[in-house]
Amino acid sequence: MGRKILLEHINVPGINTFDVYRQKGGYRALEKALKTMSSDDIVEEVKKSGLRGRGGAGFPTGMKWSFLAKPEGKARYLVCNADESEPGTFKDRYLMTYIPHLLVEGMIVSSFALGANTSYIYVRGEMMPQIRILEKAIAEAKAAGFLGKNILGSGFDHEVYVQPGGGAYICGEETALIESLEGKRGNPRIKPPFPAISGLYNCPTVVNNVETIAAVVPIVNDGGDEYAKIGIGRSTGTKLISASGNLNKPGVYEIELGVTVEDFIYSDEYCGGIANGKRLKAVVAGGSSVPILPANLILKLANGENRLMTYESLSDGGFATGTMLGSGGFVAFDEDQCIVRNTWNFSRFYHHESCGQCSPCREGTGWMEKVLHRLEYGHGKLSDIDLLVDVSKKIEGNTICPLGDAAAWPVASAIRHFRDEFEWHVTNPKEAMERNYGLAGYADPLPKPEEVM
Amino acid sequence: MLNIAQPEQVVFKPELITKFNEIVARYPEGKQKSALLPILHLVQAEFGWVSGPAMDKVAEYLDIKPIEVYEVATFYTMFFLKPLGKHVLEVCRTGPCCLVGAEKIMKYIEQKLGVKEGEVTPDGLFSWRGVECLAACGMAPVLQIGPEYKFHENLTEAKIDELIDSLRLTTAVNPQIS
Ligand SMILES: Cc1cc2nc3c(=O)[nH]c(=O)nc-3n(C[C@H](O)[C@H](O)[C@H](O)COP(=O)(O)O)c2cc1C
Ligand code: SF4
Ligand code: FES
Repeated sequence: MGRKILLEHINVPGINTFDVYRQKGGYRALEKALKTMSSDDIVEEVKKSGLRGRGGAGFPTGMKWSFLAKPEGKARYLVCNADESEPGTFKDRYLMTYIPHLLVEGMIVSSFALGANTSYIYVRGEMMPQIRILEKAIAEAKAAGFLGKNILGSGFDHEVYVQPGGGAYICGEETALIESLEGKRGNPRIKPPFPAISGLYNCPTVVNNVETIAAVVPIVNDGGDEYAKIGIGRSTGTKLISASGNLNKPGVYEIELGVTVEDFIYSDEYCGGIANGKRLKAVVAGGSSVPILPANLILKLANGENRLMTYESLSDGGFATGTMLGSGGFVAFDEDQCIVRNTWNFSRFYHHESCGQCSPCREGTGWMEKVLHRLEYGHGKLSDIDLLVDVSKKIEGNTICPLGDAAAWPVASAIRHFRDEFEWHVTNPKEAMERNYGLAGYADPLPKPEEVM
Repeated sequence: MLNIAQPEQVVFKPELITKFNEIVARYPEGKQKSALLPILHLVQAEFGWVSGPAMDKVAEYLDIKPIEVYEVATFYTMFFLKPLGKHVLEVCRTGPCCLVGAEKIMKYIEQKLGVKEGEVTPDGLFSWRGVECLAACGMAPVLQIGPEYKFHENLTEAKIDELIDSLRLTTAVNPQIS
C-alpha cells in the first residue's frame, strides 16, 4: 500500500468537520508554524520537500515562494487556484468536499510563510456546494481562534475569503484568475511582470493550486526531508490522480510518485483495470492539455522499461513518445473509443474557452475544430490531416498564455500516434460513421530499440 | 441581449443589498469591483437571469460603468442573459464524460423535454444545455442545476426520468421552492 499523507484520514467519519479534523491532528501544523517557526523556516522546509506545483506546470513551490517581492508598506496576497476546469481533473473538488480544513489550514500556514494578511480561494462558480463547505470550514477555524487578529498570540493577522468564478476555463491560468478576482474578464496578462512582483491589485501575489497548498500541512508537520523521502528523483511526495474514462474504478487516488502506470491502471489498489473486460487503447495522462499516448507507449518507455507516474518518466521521450504529468487528470480510453471524435471534442472545448486575445489561439482553435468536425463526420480530405498539424504548429509558442499550446498539443499528438485512424476516416467515411476503428496496433508491444554499435 | 424583452425596472431588496455589502467588505478599500462576480451570482439566483436593467443597477451599486458589468456578464458562461426555464439542466459535454455516454444522455434529455438546447419548455419549467468539464469526470455522466449547483452523477436514462419527475412534483406542490 502506498503512503497517504493528504488523504490519510479520508475515511474517518466526520473528517469534514472541525472537531474530527482537529482530533486527528488537524491544525497541528498551524500551531507548530506560528509558535515555533519563522516565515523563512517554512519556506526552507517547502524547498527541502521538493514539492512541485500540483496545478499542472510542476514548478517548484519553494522557489516560487522565494521569488515573492517584499516591498515595504505593500500588501502581499496568497491566492488559491481552485478553478479546476482542466478536462479530466477533479481532485481539488474531492479534497475541498471531503477534507476542507486541510486546505484552510494550508492557506493560513502558507500565508504566514509569505507574510500575507489576506488570502483568497478562487473556486470555480459551478462548485457552489464546495464554496458553502469552505465558508463553513473558515467560520469554524475562525471560531477556534485560527483566523482573525493576532492568531495564537503570534502577532500574525489573517483572513481567508472564498471567491466564486463565473464559468471560464481560462480563469485557471494564474494571471486570468487574478483579473477575474479583480472583477474583470478573464484575459491573461502579458508576463512579465510576474504575479510575484505585481499580481492582485498590483501587489506581490503567489497563486498556488489547492493540492499544493494542502501539501504544505504535512511538510510543516513532518519536515521537508520526510516528504522528500517519498517519490523518485525530482518527483517527490504524493500526488492526487483523478482517474476517469473507461476504468473499473474511476475516482481520486493519492499515489506515491513513482508507481508504474501499469500498476495504476490494472492493480486493485487503484483503477482495477479497464471496464467491461475491454482492452486499453490510449491514455491522456495529465488532463486534456497533455499529449495523448497509445496503450503501448503509456505503459512502456521507448527503451522497453516500465513507465512510471512521475514528472520525468511521463515526459520521457519528449513529444515524440512521451507526455506529461500535468494536473494528474488520467483519462483512459478503451478499444471502442474513437480518437478522431475525442480530438474534435477537445478542440471544440479549447475553441469555446479561448479568451480571444491572440489571433493564433482564437482563430487557430476555431480552424482545428472545424477541420476535425469534417473529418469526424466523413467530409474530410487527406490534406486536412497535414493542415491540422500546420495550424497546431502556428499556434504553439505564439500566444500570450499557454492555452494556445494546450489546444495544439492534443491535436498534434493524436495525429502523431493515430494518423492511420485519421486517414481511415477520410478513406472510409461511411464506415467511419457506423463503427469505430478499434484497437488496431496501438497496444502491440513496442519494437525493440535498435542496438547501437 | 438586444432582442430580449427586458424588465422595466429592477429592485434589489434590502436583504440582497445586505449580502452585497458583506461581499464588498472582503476586499481592500476602493477594490469593490472585485465583488462583481459574486454579486452577479446573487442577482441570477434572485431573478433567474441577469437582465440589462439588473446589470445597470449592479454598476450603480459598485460605482463602476455599466459596460464594466456587461463585458463581464457576457464573458462568463454561467450568467444567463435571457430568461430560461425554472430548472436549467446543465450537462457536461466534454471528452471524458463522452467516453461513458454523455452524448446519449443529452439526446435523451432533449427528447424527454421536447426542446432544443437553450430553449424553454412551454410550461416554463425546464431548459437544458451542454457545458464544459465540471470537474466530476470520475462520476460521469454528470449534470448540475443552479443556483446552488447541486450535482447529479453517474446519470442513466432512468435517473433522468426520476430527476425530472421529482422537479416537476416539487414545483407543483410549492412553486416558491426552486
Ligand atoms: C489555460 C490554463 C488553465 C489552468 N487551469 C488551472 C486550474 O484549473 N487549476 C490550477 O491549479 N492551475 C491551473 N493552471 C495553472 C496555473 O496557471 C498556475 O500555474 C497554477 O495555479 C500555479 O499553482 P501551482 O504552482 O501550485 O501548481 C492553468 C493554466 C492554464 C494555462
Ligand atoms: S492563448 Fe488563447 S486563451 Fe491565452 S491569452 Fe491568447 S487567446 Fe487568450
Ligand atoms: S468531462 Fe465531464 S465532468 Fe469532466
